[in-house]
Amino acid sequence: MSIDQGLESELQKQGIYVTTWDRLVNWGRSNSIWPLQFGLACCAIEMIATAASRYDIARFGSEIFRASPRQADLMIVAGTVTKKMAPQVVRLYNQMAEPKYVISMGACATSGGPFHKGYNVLKGIDHYIPVDVYIPGCPPTPQALLEGLMKLQERIKARGFGAAMAEKQGEYPVPAYGPSGLVPRFNPAVWQPPSNETLNWTATVLPQPSTPAPPAPSSA
Amino acid sequence: MLPPLETLKSELEARVPGLTLTVEGTTLVIPREKLLDVCRWLKDAEPLACDYLADLTAVDYPPDPAGGAGRLDVVYHLYSMSKKHGPVTLKVPLPRANPVVASVTPIWRGAEFQEREAYDLFGVRFEGHPDLRRILLWDEFEGHPMRKDYVVEDQNVLG
Repeated sequence: MSIDQGLESELQKQGIYVTTWDRLVNWGRSNSIWPLQFGLACCAIEMIATAASRYDIARFGSEIFRASPRQADLMIVAGTVTKKMAPQVVRLYNQMAEPKYVISMGACATSGGPFHKGYNVLKGIDHYIPVDVYIPGCPPTPQALLEGLMKLQERIKARGFGAAMAEKQGEYPVPAYGPSGLVPRFNPAVWQPPSNETLNWTATVLPQPSTPAPPAPSSA
Repeated sequence: MLPPLETLKSELEARVPGLTLTVEGTTLVIPREKLLDVCRWLKDAEPLACDYLADLTAVDYPPDPAGGAGRLDVVYHLYSMSKKHGPVTLKVPLPRANPVVASVTPIWRGAEFQEREAYDLFGVRFEGHPDLRRILLWDEFEGHPMRKDYVVEDQNVLG
């Protein structure tokens, strides 16, 4: 349900505030996101700086970093997710209170970053759990993390509470340790490998070198 | 002050019977049978007193296309806390197919975890180690990923 914008603003001028139940609930929800308190690498240092007084994440209502997944509804994956750590991260996600959200902070959590070709690092936490906001950077600055948090708030406000509850439900399978990495290597329900066209994007985006004109026959 | 490498080499060859060393850059290359004797002397000899093993790792030189067999070097960096000098750098070349060397854990207790790491990532087996098992990777892992011939799995393909 929505109300006519002009009527709403006209009523506000008269001191009457009109809203919807969803907007009221989402206003509250998006301004009290409780992150799970854990860090995996150097991104966590920036996350700590964001939580401290200089950048002050409390301005956005997310200063309560909970040490228990049962009391948190935002997972900030701050840093390199090694294959050894990934099952524990998925398990923590499964234990969080619903509806729950994930911010993938930095290059490592998003794609493996500088360790992309290594043997021991997961090439993105989105292989196993759904990610709401990706923050680029290595590491992202506190300002970038706050921007990501504001993007998440926009996402929360854009959807009704009931729809969010229905969408952000359920547990995701925890990968196991295998002989050369994790088994399975990704969860097809949340992530699919890029198609070949995506991998060969240079062929379609970049201008192709034009074939040089044949040399003019010499008039000797 | 550490003696010059050549002095150290001749001193070691005089003290350890049957030992021939080669100098490679700033390192002493030791045959694997003599490693424990050399290490004991370096730790116990009064002017050296290398009481601190700062680093123990391995380097993989894969076989080259020209027909070289390749080798796996175990590298040791020794310092002396009491004399405030170092490092003495040792290398033990091993065959890649069967890299076995004596453990120096009985000499320097700090070698225990570093030898487990070299075993985990390079597959070097340290004889006499009290608890030789993987330290960084999980037990079910197969292969030794820091070796040059290790093939990383394709994470874009399921199973």
